[in-house]
Amino acid sequence: MSQPLLQLDQATIRFGGLTAVGDLSLDVHANELVGLIGPNGAGKTTAFNLITGVYQTTAGTIHFGGRNIRGMKPHDLTKLGIARTFQNIRLFSSLSVFDNVRAATQLHRAHGIRNALWRGIGFHRAEKEVETQVLELLDIFDLGRLRDEEAKSLPYGDQRRLEIVRALATKPKLLLLDEPAAGMNPTEKEALMKLIKFIQTKFQIAIMLVEHDMKVVMGICEKIAVLEYGRKIAEGTPVEIQKDPKVIAAYLGTEGEDDDA
Amino acid sequence: MPSLFNSQPSTALGGAKRWLVAGILLAVVVSLFSAQFNRYYLGIAIDCGISIILAVSLNLINGHTGQFSLGHAGFMAVGGYSAAKLSLVCSPMVPDSLKPLLFLAALVLGGCVAALIGLGVGIPSLRLKGDYLAIVTLGFGEIIRVVVQNMDSVGAASGLKGIPKYTTLGWTFALAAITIYVVATLVNSTYGRGFIAVNDDEVAASSMGINPVRYKVTAFVIGAFFAGVAGGLYAHHKQFLSPTGFDFLKSIDIVVMVILGGMGRTVGVIIAAIVLTLLPEVLRQFADYRMIIYSLIIIGLMMARPQGLFTTGWKKKGVAAV
Ligand SMILES: Nc1ncnc2c1ncn2[C@@H]1O[C@H](COP(=O)(O)OP(=O)(O)OP(=O)(O)O)[C@@H](O)[C@H]1O
Ligand SMILES: [Mg+2]
Repeated sequence: MSQPLLQLDQATIRFGGLTAVGDLSLDVHANELVGLIGPNGAGKTTAFNLITGVYQTTAGTIHFGGRNIRGMKPHDLTKLGIARTFQNIRLFSSLSVFDNVRAATQLHRAHGIRNALWRGIGFHRAEKEVETQVLELLDIFDLGRLRDEEAKSLPYGDQRRLEIVRALATKPKLLLLDEPAAGMNPTEKEALMKLIKFIQTKFQIAIMLVEHDMKVVMGICEKIAVLEYGRKIAEGTPVEIQKDPKVIAAYLGTEGEDDDA
Repeated sequence: MPSLFNSQPSTALGGAKRWLVAGILLAVVVSLFSAQFNRYYLGIAIDCGISIILAVSLNLINGHTGQFSLGHAGFMAVGGYSAAKLSLVCSPMVPDSLKPLLFLAALVLGGCVAALIGLGVGIPSLRLKGDYLAIVTLGFGEIIRVVVQNMDSVGAASGLKGIPKYTTLGWTFALAAITIYVVATLVNSTYGRGFIAVNDDEVAASSMGINPVRYKVTAFVIGAFFAGVAGGLYAHHKQFLSPTGFDFLKSIDIVVMVILGGMGRTVGVIIAAIVLTLLPEVLRQFADYRMIIYSLIIIGLMMARPQGLFTTGWKKKGVAAV
């Protein structure tokens, strides 16, 4: 296979005495859908925070598109093509649905402060383009009808989808989804699975999915990595993972918890 | 919906720019007639204009971008003293016909010096997470005051006297229009949504490719620039500057205007600036109690109307801040 898009090589982060992620090695290839699972506190969100530059590794390296991302800030990495959603939704709560997505598009626009002030012909053309782009994205996810609503007033499921749209507006090569199905009912989960698959093919991007709902993960992921206490205990196809004795052992104690998560 | 600062494309003179031109034209007309106004009311009108510039520019920092600066009086002082010094030095050499140009140069100089110092104060304190800006700007304001108090070239503690009277209602009005234009158009663009995004959630903003430090510093420097311009107007209005006029309480005055106006609503902040400038005039006999009244107002507002005094349901309409 070609060079991986994302390459974690023994990535480690310690908080004091706690190794939240330890020696994590993992490859994600372009347009691949990879699941990252594990019991509560296993280090999944922390792994995302390492990949997006929120935290820096204390040991090991992370490469994205062949570049070592050491020292890069989240906004630098977004520029390189990494976008994410958050486990506890973090929309821009005082902005409208439209503006939430709009704020995320400016990364790829040349017009900055001077243009915003001078408002020449070019500014209006650029703003029109942004509007078209944002509305197109919103419509794909059936959120166009809510464009002027305040983001925080949306129902939970819509907020989760809006976060995905906002992330897509940055035109990522890799999209990290942190428990997108949390709080959804079975019908919504079903729709979400289709949606994630659809995003993968329509936008031709790689996706990493953290999710407690096994049906969702097993249903759509091509490859799954399992974390426990910050360490990777297994990696393979959904079928391999389901049969892996270490995974079964790790999950036995937390089964009840996972089902309602 | 024809809104004041939307970004609909129109003729060569776009919507927002047309408002700016209208504002400046109105300022010219006003200045033609201002000789007939009562001197006392004229002075108060200029005070209101200066307050509007201060409050609207601080609103970009404290309201839209969600920082907490207590340094606006300091920047006003820096701008005021720089502008006044320039016109004091140059006015004997400049013929009367060119005096307006000198004034313009003085105002721009005041703004630029304030902006430069804003950059120096802003970069180190805005890179840190947390409320360091409040502490640093508080200290900065005091430092400026002490420095001025000991600088003989600007009159030290006894103040800078004999500043030429260049400020007119027209100038004030025009500069207030420019300030409002700059802040409102800036925020109401795709670029400007970044200020509000940073305010709402810095981590999320950063993950969407928005550089929070750059936005915060930009807002801070632009705000400092206009505070400096306001200082220049003030200097050439009162014709006298003293370091005590720019103390911590002056900064608080401006902060109250922004809070009262609804943190991020330009129209509300303008109304608050006018009301709070007129109020002390009306309540002259209670001047001693002003700070007590202010603190009570702030506490009361925080509890009863955290969204500001003059705001209705506008925010719902998708435009977060006009
Ligand atoms: N900033 C931090 N400081 C200290 N400890 C942290 C920090 N962030 C995470 N941790 C710890 O690291 C461990 C992994 O946390 P993380 O949030 O990555 O787990 P997770 O796999 O996402 O769990 P969940 O399924 O509950 O979301 C936990 O023990 C957590 O307490
Ligand atoms: Mg998590």
